[in-house]
Amino acid sequence: MPGSMVAMTQPVQQSFNPYTENGGTILAIAGSDFSVIAGDTRQSEGYSIQTRYAPKVFRLTDKAVLAVNGFAADGNMFVKKVKQRLEWYRHAHAKDMPIRAIARLIQTMLYARRFFPYYVYNILGGIEEDGTGAVYSFDPVGSYERETCRAAGAAQSLVQPFLDNQIYFKNQTPAAGTQFPQHLPLTSVLPLVIDSFTSATERHIEVGDGLEIYVVVASGSTSLQGLQNLRGVQEVTGTTDGERVFVIRRELKKD
Amino acid sequence: MNSSSIYRPAGFDFSNEIRNNFLHEKGLPLPGATSTGTTIVGCLFKDGIVLGADTRATEGPIVADKNCEKIHYITESIRCCGAGTAADTEFTTALISSNMEMHALQTGRKPRVVTAMTMLKQMLHRYQGHIGAALVLGGVDITGPQLFTIHPHGSTDKLPYVTMGSGSLAAMAMFESSWKPNMEREEALTLVKAAIAAGIFNDLGSGSNVDACIITATGTEMLRNVEMPNQRVQKERDYKFRRGTTAWRKEDIRQLIVQEHTKPVGGDEMDTS
Amino acid sequence: MDHFPSNWGRPRNDAIDQYATYPIHSRPKDSFAEGVQRTQQPIVTGTSVLAFKFKDGIMMAADTLASYGSLARFKDVQRLHAVGNHTVVGAGGDMSDFQYIQNLLEQLIVDEISAQDHHTLSPAEIHEYLSQVMYARRSKIDPLWNSLLVGGFKDGEKYQPSNPRRPLPLTVYLRFLAYVDLLGTTYSASTLATGYGAHIAQPLLRKAVESREEILTEEQALKIMEACMKVLFYRDARSLNKYQVATITKDGVKISDSKTLDTSWSFAENIRGYGAQTQ
Repeated sequence: MPGSMVAMTQPVQQSFNPYTENGGTILAIAGSDFSVIAGDTRQSEGYSIQTRYAPKVFRLTDKAVLAVNGFAADGNMFVKKVKQRLEWYRHAHAKDMPIRAIARLIQTMLYARRFFPYYVYNILGGIEEDGTGAVYSFDPVGSYERETCRAAGAAQSLVQPFLDNQIYFKNQTPAAGTQFPQHLPLTSVLPLVIDSFTSATERHIEVGDGLEIYVVVASGSTSLQGLQNLRGVQEVTGTTDGERVFVIRRELKKD
Repeated sequence: MNSSSIYRPAGFDFSNEIRNNFLHEKGLPLPGATSTGTTIVGCLFKDGIVLGADTRATEGPIVADKNCEKIHYITESIRCCGAGTAADTEFTTALISSNMEMHALQTGRKPRVVTAMTMLKQMLHRYQGHIGAALVLGGVDITGPQLFTIHPHGSTDKLPYVTMGSGSLAAMAMFESSWKPNMEREEALTLVKAAIAAGIFNDLGSGSNVDACIITATGTEMLRNVEMPNQRVQKERDYKFRRGTTAWRKEDIRQLIVQEHTKPVGGDEMDTS
Repeated sequence: MDHFPSNWGRPRNDAIDQYATYPIHSRPKDSFAEGVQRTQQPIVTGTSVLAFKFKDGIMMAADTLASYGSLARFKDVQRLHAVGNHTVVGAGGDMSDFQYIQNLLEQLIVDEISAQDHHTLSPAEIHEYLSQVMYARRSKIDPLWNSLLVGGFKDGEKYQPSNPRRPLPLTVYLRFLAYVDLLGTTYSASTLATGYGAHIAQPLLRKAVESREEILTEEQALKIMEACMKVLFYRDARSLNKYQVATITKDGVKISDSKTLDTSWSFAENIRGYGAQTQ
């Protein structure tokens, strides 16, 4: 074969690959007046676990939380740059950037690297200026959309169909004379998030170790009740604007 | 087809090979096989062999089986752990097991571990690595306890402690730091369990439970799921669907029991005289 | 519009990708590209670096071998580098790139001292600096071909997973240990290992150290480190039985002289062949 002759006569230059995949999965679900953004904490390369705790979900403001998944170095750099831009905005406007604007900012930042992309899937969750829960999801080069729920990362193909069925009630017919709700309450959403991750851990080798769930709650929301006395919950609100941010940490299986 | 013969030669059927190579060149991906991206080990101790294996089977990054068996039966006193392509390890060990039984009946003696090892290496070498079986073979025979590894191309090793599969480095690290000659049975079992656990928790290709098998001159003890450190936690919610959740286009109920009504016509009965 | 005045009025050259419209892998070559030396593969290399947290700080170790392919070329190379009084950087991968990094860090320390502001760089800051350098170089497709461990004793908060249930002793907030490699990938854990060490030594370290970071004494830590280096020497063909250990505690950085491993090969006496052979 001509191909193999080339390989025999001259050494093939193995060129440097500036990307790798670091596993893990993220998801976000929007409620009527809250938003949940979650990610596992395992960082892996190939068959090795690099660390059992590397956060993939970051609080940007009290209204916006960003989850990043894909190539970890790009992810960390991207979050750093987004935070920097939000800081500049604060200095210029003396307020936090609204989530709608952060979403558009992320789009332009991603598309700016169209020909050497950040190999990162972003999901932005939080509270809109009108007080509704929002989820924005992005592809690595900046195409984005506002949705009610989205899973991304290694176990996207396992988790998204589950969410479609349980959040959007796909493939379910309502009982006669009833309708499925537009938005689920926080007390239904949190168990779905936890079950998504425990199930993904069962069937995907790159998911596991730990789970970090961020909950962003609009001011005056009824979702606050029952959240504060949940196991492993911690408040990370930064301002007195009204919106409040909580983190819930759980263990996942480590095999 | 130029041959209408119904004769089929023994062994693998290669009749689709040219077609498949052609399709592969055109860019059609080959169907992926279930692989036991595995941790398997074997360890020699004072009066026998301990074999160990994890129980995860994978298809790429997806867990195909959470509790599969990787310690295969060869004879009563010989067992074989398999890593690599699941089907290859299962069929190869089953074939050699069968041949070992025939060999035992023919010679009228208890077969030896080297015999199984030689059969396996010759078969794997004949197939030039296309049978993706990486094996740890252990057992006790007239010559005493024996432990081997067999690589997919047919090379073998004979060592006092061996590991194979994607978790082999993690498991070997445990052996290199803790193995010593002439261990007691319990000591050896503990070490094997630790080696498999190292694979389970550090190698993504390995997971779930620990299987072990202790083979001595007095008998074989198969310890299935001897350790279960990865039990699933209780789900937060119950996912029962209301009756009527699934939509349907058309309802058609058919009676599967065939009923026959016979109606006698006329009054004359059959003449049975 | 071409913003480079030197190009104005010249004939258009379509062979040059003026607006960078090609994806990087098929971008037309710059005529001067061949005059630039890039590390496309490592030449003289070091193998694993190991490090973990113990009660009083961080312990790090690396053997002293620099290989040239499969040749054990330089057998007395120090791969642990002290940066200031609180930090040690350990390197695997290309040794010439590591020497360049040492030079960068030396300049960084000199600049910091020159400022005379009583501020000294913390391990977290040095790690941040290195990760920016490494990520910037990978983004130029001109990487520094190393995996680095940064260990120190000054500020560790940045990478500490906060656990509100268990208040931790002060040392936890002072110990720092993190990784960075040629892609700019970073992470932190109580035990870290690069290269083959990530496959061979990391399982042993996790078993010995995890959940005992607050108990392990320096002597115990040294024992664990020796056991791991020994296993690495047994199984990593690019390793050496000579290594150095760095300890970073409240008393500062201490890098040991090279130690020699005591290894045993007696088990080999009883092995005969690979199959049926008995003699």
